[in-house]
Amino acid sequence: MERTVNNKAWFLVLPVLVLVAFSAIIPLMTVVNYSVQDTFGNNQFFWAGLDWFQDVLESDRFWDALGRNLIFSAIILAIEIPLGIYIALNMPRKGWGVPVCLVLMALPLLIPWNVVGTIWQVFGRVDIGLLGRTLASMGIDYNYVQDPVDAWLTIIVMDVWHWTSLVVLLCYAGLVSIPDAYYQAARIDGASRWSVFRFIQLPKMGRVLLIAVLLRFMDSFMIYTEPFVVTGGGPGNETTFLSIDLVKMAIGQFDVGPAAAMSLVYFLIVLSLSWVFYTVMTNQGQETGK
Amino acid sequence: MARIDLDHIRHSYLANPVNDDDFALKEVHHSFDDGGAYALLGPSGCGKTSLLNIISGLVQPSRGRILFDGADVTQLSTERRNIAQVFQFPVIYDTMTVYDNLAFPLRNRGVPEADISRRVNETLEVIGLADRARKRARGLTADQKQKISLGRGLVRSDVNAILFDEPLTVIDPHMKWQLRSQLKELHKRFGYTMVYVTHDQTEALTFADTVVVMYEGEIVQIGSPAELFERPSHTFVGYFIGSPGMNVLPVTLEGGTARLGSLSISLPGAATAAAGARTELGVRPEYVRIGRDGVPMKLRAVEDIGRHKIVRGSIEGCELAAIVPEGDEIPADPHVRFDPRGINIYADSWRQTLRA
Repeated sequence: MERTVNNKAWFLVLPVLVLVAFSAIIPLMTVVNYSVQDTFGNNQFFWAGLDWFQDVLESDRFWDALGRNLIFSAIILAIEIPLGIYIALNMPRKGWGVPVCLVLMALPLLIPWNVVGTIWQVFGRVDIGLLGRTLASMGIDYNYVQDPVDAWLTIIVMDVWHWTSLVVLLCYAGLVSIPDAYYQAARIDGASRWSVFRFIQLPKMGRVLLIAVLLRFMDSFMIYTEPFVVTGGGPGNETTFLSIDLVKMAIGQFDVGPAAAMSLVYFLIVLSLSWVFYTVMTNQGQETGK
Repeated sequence: MARIDLDHIRHSYLANPVNDDDFALKEVHHSFDDGGAYALLGPSGCGKTSLLNIISGLVQPSRGRILFDGADVTQLSTERRNIAQVFQFPVIYDTMTVYDNLAFPLRNRGVPEADISRRVNETLEVIGLADRARKRARGLTADQKQKISLGRGLVRSDVNAILFDEPLTVIDPHMKWQLRSQLKELHKRFGYTMVYVTHDQTEALTFADTVVVMYEGEIVQIGSPAELFERPSHTFVGYFIGSPGMNVLPVTLEGGTARLGSLSISLPGAATAAAGARTELGVRPEYVRIGRDGVPMKLRAVEDIGRHKIVRGSIEGCELAAIVPEGDEIPADPHVRFDPRGINIYADSWRQTLRA
């Protein structure tokens, strides 16, 4: 068949292009614009070149926040992924327990981020919170406002409580799609419980797990609302993640230039990590399709 | 290899079955001889897969016993029964190589690695996948995957039986024929007891020496392909086997004559049936002769399918199909006669013997 070359078809993309321009490209360009200029208000701008970028990349503040982000993501992935798999494996496959479990699992996902933050903020308070009071009455010195370890623990437990459900639901979907014949064949082959998990369930969950890891990593890497509500980045800067720092800088201190430079760097980090995940995932897909 | 006895097996998926309708398997009492090739043939939902799973131990029967070579295995687990089963959809362990797939059942049983290597390599030769031993199993085609499923059974030299649950469903048509003949070859060479579940009559008739036809939870006939064709013992067997299926006409019996409306058909022998029984005459399309004499037939359609023609019409308002050789003329005013060799009489769907 002969291919028709018609460049007019590009015009069909125009409406989307306009939409994307207004929603993404133009705001992004504004940020780029801020990142290379300095302003003292009154709409007066001075060219600053790459100074802001240099400032950001040379500041401990940025690297500390980035470090905290990476540690936080690593910890919650290390907890949520295995825990999610474990819960999914133990959820009922049929009967009245299925809808009950699914609803219970979906519940935390339906709560708005800042409400989750508020819940835990109140829950952990030493003066009135159920958790805080209980721990205090047990003689445990817990105070997320003053102790960095307690603050981290609170945020991690909160995130696990909020998001493990997502991993559970994804894994559960992967598990129920495994035909019975696999389990029957495994019984005939004399496979142990561990072998069934290792050679049937885990490989069949592989793709959804990858999606779960990607979603949980991205989300935790960009976390803002919950720690902002619970600790506000404190004590000190102990729970100040990149996003929190960015807001502090841009809105609290009105350092538009450095904030714009920092958000661009942040954006590039997220973008490149997404690209890595995307490449891994599509490679995985090709291997399966062979 | 083993002889398998099914001793009054009944099975229900309900907790407290009361009457016959609650049972998916009404009552099966049958023996599979050591080294026999059997097909379990029947429509979807007739209980053939349930029966297979009861043999393999994936399902515990509600009533009755299963014996392997005379030993009661009803309470034994699937693993202990030592059978192989090939499922409708290929089951392979995706992340393993072909070799490791075959080695898996042996490793689970703690067989020494040297024996495993010998057994697996032998089996790879048998199923013709020796050149792919080190390849990942998931990259293979459907028929190769089915061979791996089969191979995982064959590696255990002492399997009691190999059970197949519609194993060719997902295989391409041209591979089906090839795989089927390979299975037959395997049976001839090693003399495994094989039970093959299918709803495809061609598969059943070509694979098995003995075909077990099931219908609504019970066995309606056990016989060689020829017996099933010539002497269907239940009207269902008549419908189900053959294309088109057997013509079944409601008749009343008067000794050596069957009456269909105003017509009378003379039978090769005298038939008797219990009073009040529903009596029917069954004749395969192959035994319906079309010519100028006999019973007038109302012609509806002629389907030319190449080797022969299928003539469809009715006599006395009853549907009738006939098979006519390709060259034969069909008269404008067709009449039919039934070849006496092909006439069967049924009372309440079960075949009656005719007295000469």
